[in-house]
Amino acid sequence: MPNDSQPQLVNVQIDDVWHQFPKGTRLIEACEQAGSYVPRYCYHKKLSSPGNCRMCLIEMGMPKMGPDRKPILGPDGKPEINWMPRPQISCATDVSEGLGVRTISPLVEECRRGVMEFLLINHPLDCPICDQAGECRLQEFSVEYGRQDSRFLEHKVKKPKNVVLGPRVTLDDERCILCSRCIRFCKEIAHDDVLGFVDRGSHTTLTAHPGKRLENNYSLNTVDICPVGALTSSDFRFKMRVWFLKETNSFCTSCATGCNTIIGTREDVIYRQTPRENDAVNSTWMCDYGRLNFAYLERDRRLLEPMVRTENKLQPATWPHAIASAATQLKPYVGWQTAILASGRMTNEELWLAGRLAESLGVTLIDIVPRTGEADDILLSADRNPNTNGARLLRLASGSGTVLQQIKEAVWSGQIQALITLGENPLRCGITPEYLARLPVYVVLDLLANDATAQASVVLPSLGFAEKRGSMINGKGRLQRLNRAVRGPGEARDDWEILRDLVQAISGGNSESHARSGRLDTIEDVFRQMSEAVPEFAGLTLSRISDLGVQVLNGDGKPGNSAPEKMREREPEKQPQ
Amino acid sequence: MAITVSRPKLNWSERLYLPAILGGMAITFGHLKNMLLGRTKVTMQYPEQKWDSQMPDHYRGAPALVKDEGGRVRCVACQLCEFICPPRAIRIVPGEIPLGERFAKVEKYPEKFDIDMIRCIYCGMCEEVCPEQAIFLRKDYAITGYTRAEMVHDKEKLIEIGGVMHGLVLKWNEKK
Amino acid sequence: MNPTLFLIFTSLLKIVGIVFVVILPMVSYSVYAERRVSALIQDRLGPNRVGPAGLFQPIADAMKFILKEDFTPANVNKFYYWLAPCLAMVPALMTIAVVPFGSTLFGVPMVIADINVGVLYVFAIASLGVYGIVIAGWSSNSKYPFLGGVRSSSQMISYELSLGLAVIPIFLLVGQLRLTDIVRYQIENGWMIAPFVGHWTDGWKWLLAIPMSISFVVFTIAIFAETNRLPFDLPEAETELVGGYHTEYGSMKFALFFLGEYAAMITGSAIIVTLFLGGWHLPVPWWNHAHGFHWLLIDGSLGGWRGVIGGLFNIFVFFGKVSVLLLFFIWVRWTLPRFRYDQLMRLGWVFFFEIALVNIFLAAIIIACLPQ
Repeated sequence: MPNDSQPQLVNVQIDDVWHQFPKGTRLIEACEQAGSYVPRYCYHKKLSSPGNCRMCLIEMGMPKMGPDRKPILGPDGKPEINWMPRPQISCATDVSEGLGVRTISPLVEECRRGVMEFLLINHPLDCPICDQAGECRLQEFSVEYGRQDSRFLEHKVKKPKNVVLGPRVTLDDERCILCSRCIRFCKEIAHDDVLGFVDRGSHTTLTAHPGKRLENNYSLNTVDICPVGALTSSDFRFKMRVWFLKETNSFCTSCATGCNTIIGTREDVIYRQTPRENDAVNSTWMCDYGRLNFAYLERDRRLLEPMVRTENKLQPATWPHAIASAATQLKPYVGWQTAILASGRMTNEELWLAGRLAESLGVTLIDIVPRTGEADDILLSADRNPNTNGARLLRLASGSGTVLQQIKEAVWSGQIQALITLGENPLRCGITPEYLARLPVYVVLDLLANDATAQASVVLPSLGFAEKRGSMINGKGRLQRLNRAVRGPGEARDDWEILRDLVQAISGGNSESHARSGRLDTIEDVFRQMSEAVPEFAGLTLSRISDLGVQVLNGDGKPGNSAPEKMREREPEKQPQ
Repeated sequence: MAITVSRPKLNWSERLYLPAILGGMAITFGHLKNMLLGRTKVTMQYPEQKWDSQMPDHYRGAPALVKDEGGRVRCVACQLCEFICPPRAIRIVPGEIPLGERFAKVEKYPEKFDIDMIRCIYCGMCEEVCPEQAIFLRKDYAITGYTRAEMVHDKEKLIEIGGVMHGLVLKWNEKK
Repeated sequence: MNPTLFLIFTSLLKIVGIVFVVILPMVSYSVYAERRVSALIQDRLGPNRVGPAGLFQPIADAMKFILKEDFTPANVNKFYYWLAPCLAMVPALMTIAVVPFGSTLFGVPMVIADINVGVLYVFAIASLGVYGIVIAGWSSNSKYPFLGGVRSSSQMISYELSLGLAVIPIFLLVGQLRLTDIVRYQIENGWMIAPFVGHWTDGWKWLLAIPMSISFVVFTIAIFAETNRLPFDLPEAETELVGGYHTEYGSMKFALFFLGEYAAMITGSAIIVTLFLGGWHLPVPWWNHAHGFHWLLIDGSLGGWRGVIGGLFNIFVFFGKVSVLLLFFIWVRWTLPRFRYDQLMRLGWVFFFEIALVNIFLAAIIIACLPQ
């Protein structure tokens, strides 16, 4: 974006009040900013404007011009407006000097009523089974502009129902109001132009091109932007009505991008994740991989209670016993005999306490396990650890992987007698069960049971991303906050509490680190302690991190907090007129 | 301004209270006598005498799921009743009707439909909110059980109470 | 048979018979009567489910009380907490020992212990009843029972005065404390409040009936107060004190308080009947040529089956009179509201005490003037 010192402002009259907007603002956006929301179906602010739903009709007028080509001023000193006799769509018009708009007038209301009646002619009356009910634009506007009864006497047009468009999206064509948002999304954002309309008139049908499926990694965004219930998520379909869902602001922890999300839950069950608008991170989109990556929190393999190995068998134990047992087993070893395997999926607070744990044990061998995948040029990042930057900032990540290799070799050689893994599976970095069998002491803090936890001396069950609070720094250096959407299962405890108890059990209540830390009663205390030591967090508290995050590092993940480049919105390709 | 209520001046016999006491005892004795002579109307003796024949049509008894003439359980698991239910007595687990079934067009059905009759307050909001004319308050009122689990009406029980309802709007016809 | 052994044997038989066969079932059924009569007074039906007309209700109630968990709260004084219900029940039953509930049966006098201090014994034992309530209130370690206990003790002490003073005219007249003698006097001279037997045309006797009637009224009201019956049930006023002194009690221990109250009612009624209403005496109007119209005394003194019938008739009459009084108790309870505490105290100390006192002088004067 060319950095103009002062964008040119134009005067626009909206509902008899004059406002100023930067030149180039869409009229529909200007009206919304002025407090007059204009109903719309096809318009989406991140997509191009085809102007095909006709819902956003408004009355518009240009300034009256005198013979001298100057606007004629009214008694109030403002230009008089020459109203056009016919309504215009507000989504395809930009503001211009002296423009007049009426969003509430008899003509506009009549237009909206007419458009609604046409839209509802072929729309089925299946709101009771439609997943969109409750967040459906058609429902909302038909409350305001719909008719009580139908004047349509003929049979409704039959269209395909329950069409599987792709692995994650199911289409009900009868509900479709032909707004083409999904088509434009696939073309403009996902670059996977698979959707289109076929047939004509009231038989126009949305479908995938022959031989193609809607299976790109962003397909579920079409479900979000669909103003009606035509496109539905196969995962969420018929599972839960949206009005039961408690919405918690959070962000996706499946890669370093950290797309902002809303987690929809009911009674401690997560039903869906949807993207939340944040122009500094993810615009309004997120990938399907991240969106659906929450089912593991509900799995049967979740660790539900702390366990301690007694008589060569893992036995359930109480928390105080498990913590005490871990501490007494770890204490006999000196620093170079112990290693800590932390995770890039841990929050900053947990990583900070992991650092304190390393301090109290004198451990120097500590690293996170890198996790990479293929990046696309939309949102998905190659770094699949959500908090690599946080781990680097807190000096727990080597980055090169040499420390990991060192740990692995030291375990095999028998130098390392005690290993602590925090939310990470050591099998992932080549520490196989044979390696683990050589360790006298192996303490595990994790969510899910696996081959490694089966060999542990002490198992400490912890919580997943939706079950706890904490902060992470995404790939672009933005500090974001996780909020608790559901309660953890069984006796699993918050990671930071486990780590705190472990540190205190190892170093003793009156140790130097404890004295410095003061009391750590809440996660806010942990953040405060961390912010005193880490300059990048200075002046922040966990609660003060806004829902849109705070930039703490520059775009390369290096210290410094210059704002990153705004996520590049793809220029809408102009449709041939 | 405070109002001063003057106390009544009692005369000698009134202050003795005995006439009032005897008067009161005469009244209670009168009631006793009328009861013994069978002149007083008393409460209906419930299990022996019942009111069923005089129950008005708008009587709100146990909520139940009805079938229509076509034999379809009308509920489509929209969960509006679950939402509106003031004591949160209703719990629905929705399911999808597989393709090829008789009522596949409806797509959605309640896999589980439980009404906790200990919680139910018979307000009739579920019936009022139902967009499918699927749940009705029937005239069953003697809902009893020995355990809490017994007092939860599951789908089968609700359909059994509901029975078949005639004259409902049939909106899921193939033609519509 | 050895006379001592015979005495022991018959006494035991009478104790068992009167307590377990008569008084305890009567207690249970007075509860039932209370519920039925109160229901009828209030235009209801009352318990009519268990057995015919609900007659087995007391059995069901007893089963319930016995089978309930016997719970002792944590912070009570255990020993006294357990002692209190016994102290509430036992005095009520003990009083009945000196009350003649019949003439003779098979030549055995129908009184368990015919002691010469009769009425004093009654007062002595009945006063112990207050300990049950006070101890219950104190040992419960709880506010309301404590208030109930305090109220109860002051109420009982206040009304015992009038109770004691009200019977003095009778002893002035009879000159004996032995209850059988008082009954014997009434058989010869007519009931205390209605001397219709003997020289019944004698105006002096009827004049004497006036102080006796006053005594009767005062005594009856004092018995109401002693037994904590409405309108004097302030120790257990449920609107003010939850349950009063027995708030913390449950199951069988509560049942003992509950039944103790009714047992006290029955013994109270028995005393009233004995002192004022002729005891087991109910003469039959008779006419023959030798004596003209006269009252025929029926008792167990005749030989053979006539004596047995007479003895049983006397017992029946006695308990019939008691039952009528019980019904009166119930009737009053379901008519009158409860007194305020200050009214209760005022009534006891300012009215009944004075009335009973003046009444003694009135009776004394009349007796002094009585032509022998």
